Amino acid sequence: MIGVGKAKQYANVLDKPLSRGRQEVSLSAFAFLFSELVQYNQTQVDNIAELERRLEDAGYAVGARVLELLCHREKGNRRETRLLGILSFIHSTVWKVLFGKVADSLEKGTEHEDEYMISEKELLVNRFISVPKDMGAFNCGAFVAGIVKGVLDNAGFPAVVTAHFVPIEGQQRPRTTILIKFAEEVKQVCFV
Amino acid sequence: MASTACFVIVSKNDIPIYEAEVGSAPKKEDLAHQHQFILHAALDVVQDLAWTTNAMFLRSVDRFSDLVVSVYVTAVHTRFMLLHDSRSDDGIKSFFQEVHELYIKIFLNPLYLPGSRITSSHFDTKVRALARKYL
Repeated sequence: MIGVGKAKQYANVLDKPLSRGRQEVSLSAFAFLFSELVQYNQTQVDNIAELERRLEDAGYAVGARVLELLCHREKGNRRETRLLGILSFIHSTVWKVLFGKVADSLEKGTEHEDEYMISEKELLVNRFISVPKDMGAFNCGAFVAGIVKGVLDNAGFPAVVTAHFVPIEGQQRPRTTILIKFAEEVKQVCFV
Repeated sequence: MASTACFVIVSKNDIPIYEAEVGSAPKKEDLAHQHQFILHAALDVVQDLAWTTNAMFLRSVDRFSDLVVSVYVTAVHTRFMLLHDSRSDDGIKSFFQEVHELYIKIFLNPLYLPGSRITSSHFDTKVRALARKYL
């Protein structure tokens, strides 16, 4: 019988407790869902830039919610007011909750003051995706770039975030780098 | 004892997304306008204050005659503002924390557009019940 042995049902989501719930989601289920998301968006756009923007927008919505929820759950209701604080929050807490591990590295850009990079050997979302040659530099990591952008924007540090492939010597698959370039307002306050 | 209390939730882009007169005093139209005006004026102070501390509860940030404005800022810079006449700090802090949990549940809804008005009547009922309990 359906529904037997289920936990208590609540009439409205506002009555349900904000518990941690099950921490794990099936990787294959997520990969399938993500591939459908990409394929659906492919049918809606004419060019690669538009497709990356759509994935980014999808990630942005996730980023905003992740920021609110994790500050409440993991950080005991403390906001981030420093730039380095929010970057290390993304690099460790957000990555741990979303992908099960902290990001491989967080680096400050050498050429520009306002650039930071989060690198990952293999982004989880790209694990089962191979990009055809005719799509050039398209990277489904734009979804993850959108998540980072959502977190930064909503915390008060607007930035332009993009995902890039970086070929590495001796490795078949390139590394992925999430490049964060902060906006003017942040530059004036944080990088004086 | 009648108490005035006006509760407003203002989103990151300074648009009120929820408002409720939760005091036990009888409602008066012109007073409601004045409350909104006072809260709106306090937004500037909140903006500066929010960057000085990483706590969410910012106690009382502004005064107007005998009314006090208390503010609670969430991670996405949504401000819960309460205009009241000097109640207990602890009660107000608990009120804000409970409303914060309700707000997170609304915010997590993938179909909710962040920054849009909160129209759920269930949310309204719960906020008023919390106000009666803590304020």
